[in-house]
Amino acid sequence: MRLTLNIWRQKSANEPGKMVKYDVPGVSEHMSFLEMLDVLNQRLIKQGDDPVVFEHDCREGICGCCGFMIDGVPHGPQRGTTVCQLHMRYFKDGDELYLEPFRAEAFPVVKDLLIDRSAFDRIIAAGGYVSVNTGSPQDANSLPIMKQCADMSMDAASCIGCGACVAACPNASAMLFVSAKISHLGLLPQGQPERDRRALRMLAQLQEEAFGACTNYGECEAACPKGIKLENIARMNRDYLKAALSYREEASAGGAA
Amino acid sequence: MSFTLDARIPSGPLENKWDKAKFDFKLVNPSNKRKYNIICVGTGLAGGAAAASLGELGYNVKAFCYQDSPRRAHSIAAQGGINAAKNYQNDGDSVQRLFYDTIKGGDFRAREANVYRLAQVSVNIIDQCVAQGVPFAREYGGTLANRSFGGAQVSRTFYARGQTGQQLLLGAYQALERQIDAGSVKMYSRHEMLDLIVIDGRARGIVVRDMVTGQLDVHIADAVILATGGYGNVFYLSTNAKGCNTTAIWRAHKKGAGFANPCFTQIHPTCIPVSGDYQSKLTLMSESLRNDGRIWVPLKQGDTRTADQIPEAERDYYLERMYPAYGNLAPRDISSRAAKRVCDEGRGVGTSGRGVYLDFAESIGRLGQVAIEQRYGNLFEMYERITGENPYKVPMRIYPASHYTMGGLWVDYHLQSTIPGLFVLGEANFSDHGANRLGASALMQGLADGYFVIPFTMGNYLAQVKPGGVDENHPACAAAKREVEERTKTFLGINGKKTVDEFHRELGQVIWDECGMGRNAKGLDHALARIPEIREEFWKNVKVPGSGNELNQELEKVGRVADFLELGELLVRDARVREESCGAHFREEYQTPEGEALRDDQNFCHSAVWEYTGDNQEPVLHKEALTFDNVHLQQRNYK
Repeated sequence: MRLTLNIWRQKSANEPGKMVKYDVPGVSEHMSFLEMLDVLNQRLIKQGDDPVVFEHDCREGICGCCGFMIDGVPHGPQRGTTVCQLHMRYFKDGDELYLEPFRAEAFPVVKDLLIDRSAFDRIIAAGGYVSVNTGSPQDANSLPIMKQCADMSMDAASCIGCGACVAACPNASAMLFVSAKISHLGLLPQGQPERDRRALRMLAQLQEEAFGACTNYGECEAACPKGIKLENIARMNRDYLKAALSYREEASAGGAA
Repeated sequence: MSFTLDARIPSGPLENKWDKAKFDFKLVNPSNKRKYNIICVGTGLAGGAAAASLGELGYNVKAFCYQDSPRRAHSIAAQGGINAAKNYQNDGDSVQRLFYDTIKGGDFRAREANVYRLAQVSVNIIDQCVAQGVPFAREYGGTLANRSFGGAQVSRTFYARGQTGQQLLLGAYQALERQIDAGSVKMYSRHEMLDLIVIDGRARGIVVRDMVTGQLDVHIADAVILATGGYGNVFYLSTNAKGCNTTAIWRAHKKGAGFANPCFTQIHPTCIPVSGDYQSKLTLMSESLRNDGRIWVPLKQGDTRTADQIPEAERDYYLERMYPAYGNLAPRDISSRAAKRVCDEGRGVGTSGRGVYLDFAESIGRLGQVAIEQRYGNLFEMYERITGENPYKVPMRIYPASHYTMGGLWVDYHLQSTIPGLFVLGEANFSDHGANRLGASALMQGLADGYFVIPFTMGNYLAQVKPGGVDENHPACAAAKREVEERTKTFLGINGKKTVDEFHRELGQVIWDECGMGRNAKGLDHALARIPEIREEFWKNVKVPGSGNELNQELEKVGRVADFLELGELLVRDARVREESCGAHFREEYQTPEGEALRDDQNFCHSAVWEYTGDNQEPVLHKEALTFDNVHLQQRNYK
């Protein structure tokens, strides 16, 4: 099949970008979307043009590197699929597509379709963990965990941190991402001691970054390639509210040991 | 520059060696730890765990990764699980058995002491991960669940659906982010290591390129850790992430680190077959699927009927037939070769004829579709997305693909390479898997090295050196940086006709054809002649667009492929001189009458460790003899 692609080209963060039209003939239905772009890039290089920059690594839908907008939809039209796993059989001959980077103030464009998502790392660093040093734990089976809790925790933990939720949200909110981590850890007994502190600190960092607020559009859930549920945001809000009302940083009495 | 191989294995009985080593190690007192700087390149399971654990201990750590975040490291793609000798299933497991299975699985080409330690610390890994909040699969009673994996007759594999690597990596990543927040680790994402700096015989630093601005920087430390993964992408098509490369370990090799057993490369039996020449990578279907899937091909050659048209009596469940004791859970090397053999016989399925069926019909009939969905739902979805076929209805088609490399930089019992102060962890080293790795053992080794070995051995090393002493102004730093600059300039100046990918594919095809699942002297000699030709053309005719002062993905790739072109030759050379078959290294000249690998323990019971002697010069082969005091060498038998 033959496609027409309109791709956002931007040389660097500080330069203006623009849409450039490309004719892409000879696309096989068995190609992945990124393989189709590979073929285009090989041609561009041979012509002496700059290839289109896009982020990708595992190409198995798990590393979370890839992602851009196809016709205004993060990762493209197939639900529950990252763009690296999207295959060309879902398109047809003559289609004209528009490819843009994920748009959000907190995700500045680095080049073409590649963006800076380091805000996500800073949010995790603010509290998205259990504080346990290597070597200190007890036997793994000493604390039974209800299967249902472990399964729900796993559902939330499946987040790959790609940023599609932010790109889909009219407010560029990162609530689905943050709530997935808060749920993953908050549903497990290991996550309880720091549950209040985690909610307060992660949300404080969220506000430091340029993400918007959640106003319940639900676009994030629809765009998530891993099926992270909106109910996580409700859980996060409960955690945050409770923590905001009851938690205070302990002042150390000092002098111990 | 030359080295001698001293593995520094502690004396005494096998089961006491690690305890003895830990007691003999020198310690750095808590207030002195912050005076030491450690560089850690790679932030996957091994590197991420190491950087976090060393940060917790109080060292100053700088961590580097080429991805935009440490959470993207390729460990994340591991699907099936992680082994540990917990014996939670009461099915006869023990540290001794995990040790034995791993040694035997590796076809008796790994070091006993290292493997025993790995089995010992495996139990701590599970405890650590659970404490971090890794949501492993559980039974209704709340205890941890296990599944079986290839090469074992016990259920010792812990898992988090088909995303075990992801969950373990997120655990390590979160621990790392906690240290970044605490200030003990400084993280450099989108930074690629392009050279190692050795001063006065010790590894003291690295040259890195900021992949956004193109700026080259030197970082100096008291010790350097490489945890940069394997070199499976030398085949071009592999299950590795696109960015996985050999540059860090290859640069270290050229600076004096011995490279061990490069020809031990694992071809994984269950991947989605190649569909066309635009193919950019191959996708793994977890080995865990072999718990419930049955592998078969038609009995007849050239049978073009669809799977449902072929009656039971005309199917050959060849693994169950050839290896009744292990059946579909035969080890990876054996399963891969068996698949190649039936396809070579003309019994392969799919349009290319390079594929075999992995069929769940019987399990779905026995357990119901819901049970299968719960176990492998995400893998089935992935298969359908890629192939457009529904594996609940028609059998999956699979074929072997390059997956993991057992070879890597040589390390001693302390995980130190032949360069003092250069430690190598995880897949980047050669240590624990011998000639073939068992399923669910890579995650175990990466985390063992990062959480439970390096924190001890690094302390012992640092306790014996003074902190500091050199800085970024040392002449060796400027020299190393200049070398990298020149190389970049050369790449950009060639302005040839062929793309980097074209050269990479060409190299990969030669290695896959001549040094893949089956190898012989004639083919290897051909590859040894062909690779230098490709390399020569590469340096004259490669085309790299753009400049060095910007984000330039082609420039990133060209450096990696240049190193693959050198490593590829060493890989083939190693395969050529190892005139025996063992594990994944199958020399067609050396096989039993039944077609199994025929080892030659008289002449090849050693690790082959290569020393670099200069560009286009023959490397020197050193040998580390392997001694087996605790297991009896035998031909592997999975019948």
